[in-house]
Amino acid sequence: MSEMISKLQDYFTLPFVQYAMIVGLLIALCSSLLGVTLVLKRFSFIGDGLSHVAFGAMSVAIILGLTNQMLIIMPVTVASAILLLRTGQNTKIKGDAAVAMISVGALALGYMLINIFSKSANVAGDVCSTLFGSISILTLSKFDVWLCIALSTVVIALFVLFYNKIFAVTFDESFSKATGVKSDLYNLLIAIVTAVIIVLAMNLVGSLLISALIIFPALSAMRVFKSFLSVIICSAVISVVCAAAGILISILMSTPAGSTIVTADIVVFLIFWIISLFKRG
Amino acid sequence: MSEKEIQIQCSGCSLGYEGETVVSDINFEVREGDYLCILGENGSGKSTLVKALLGLKSPNSGEIKRSGGVGAGEIGYLPQQTVVQRDFPASVREIVISGCLGKTGLRPFYNAAEKALAVKNMERLGITDLAKRCYRDLSGGQQQRVLLARALCAADKILLLDEPVTGLDPKAQIDLYELISKLNKNGITIIMVSHDINAAVMFASHILHIGGQKQLFFGSKDDYVNSPIGRSFILSEGGDIIE
Repeated sequence: MSEMISKLQDYFTLPFVQYAMIVGLLIALCSSLLGVTLVLKRFSFIGDGLSHVAFGAMSVAIILGLTNQMLIIMPVTVASAILLLRTGQNTKIKGDAAVAMISVGALALGYMLINIFSKSANVAGDVCSTLFGSISILTLSKFDVWLCIALSTVVIALFVLFYNKIFAVTFDESFSKATGVKSDLYNLLIAIVTAVIIVLAMNLVGSLLISALIIFPALSAMRVFKSFLSVIICSAVISVVCAAAGILISILMSTPAGSTIVTADIVVFLIFWIISLFKRG
Repeated sequence: MSEKEIQIQCSGCSLGYEGETVVSDINFEVREGDYLCILGENGSGKSTLVKALLGLKSPNSGEIKRSGGVGAGEIGYLPQQTVVQRDFPASVREIVISGCLGKTGLRPFYNAAEKALAVKNMERLGITDLAKRCYRDLSGGQQQRVLLARALCAADKILLLDEPVTGLDPKAQIDLYELISKLNKNGITIIMVSHDINAAVMFASHILHIGGQKQLFFGSKDDYVNSPIGRSFILSEGGDIIE
């Protein structure tokens, strides 16, 4: 035990491990806050779709040789989020089909572009690490960390300030509209914030596993808690604890950070599911 | 009747989507304390009319005038239940107070007056003891009471109910109709969209019947019962609905 602790202490003197921890916890917190709303609004898969769009955008950024890939990834993903949440109300292509289409389309195009144009010797390795985030979390620069802190602060502030409105728009859009709440505006806000969180989270768990960060804590909390506020708080706590545990375990056992975090989330979900069975039965 | 103030006046309204008219030439008025029941088949344009009354949609032609202290956003609305709501993890109190949201404007949190209003409306509908319960664990009738309390938080002069008894068992239907009737007797104007002709004839003071893309009848309930359209509709629908 003491051996493990001293190993961890050694690791935490390294700046890149500290960075990974800070970024990991912030992303886990933000994604769980929004996760509850997205799950309840039946947009669970938007995380998946948008993360693949972000992957496609990243491929383009890599090919163009940009040093700051965010310049392309962020606007493209935000634009897709707005587009997707809009088509959810329009019915020519149904919401889920639109998400699936954009998601796999961007994934395919991104992978093809990287394969054709990439100068790197290890294309498969690069792609794997963007999809599963195994490496990028440990290669964060100081700028990435500050950007993540700044954006997370904005996300949390927006969420707290608009908490009551987000609740109303999630629970009953037609009623909110009828009482004069600008629900289209808040849907747009939710879309943009979702896109921002997903782009941030790509570094942590990679673009294939982002949905897990959004869905699992929310679903676990919803099993057991009975008010919206308690569900949100519980979901945030679960998410942060799982992210911390996942990162620590991944350091100790040398497992990939992203999938370790998600595994922790799955374990917690199972525990909460069993608790809910006992509560009901 | 005529000395009461007009709250909503709809004159020569034609409603529809993108140039396509769903229903045209609608003329009626709602006065303070009325209980108007809007009857019509599915697809007759009832829900389009609801949107127009709420001010979410402007008529293609004609106009809807709101007066007597009823502005846009000041109609308490009871929408039809959605799939999302059925398993929604929220407490009754959270849902009721969200009716006050139209009053908060840019202020992020509820103030003391709004919290008091939520408490008052929960008392009014007899759901105070449910305040901490989870919405998804309630019966259908209790859920409708919660949504009614929320609607009353949004507006206390006029309520617009869209098929309020759908999916409720007969006992809960009667309870809800009686509750609505009680609210009406306390001075709240009721507009109810329904295809339950028996309840309409039993409780409403006025009937608006639309069908075949136009208005078939508007007037008092007594006139409706004696009109040819009213009689034939009651006969054709009356048999298969609960007594």
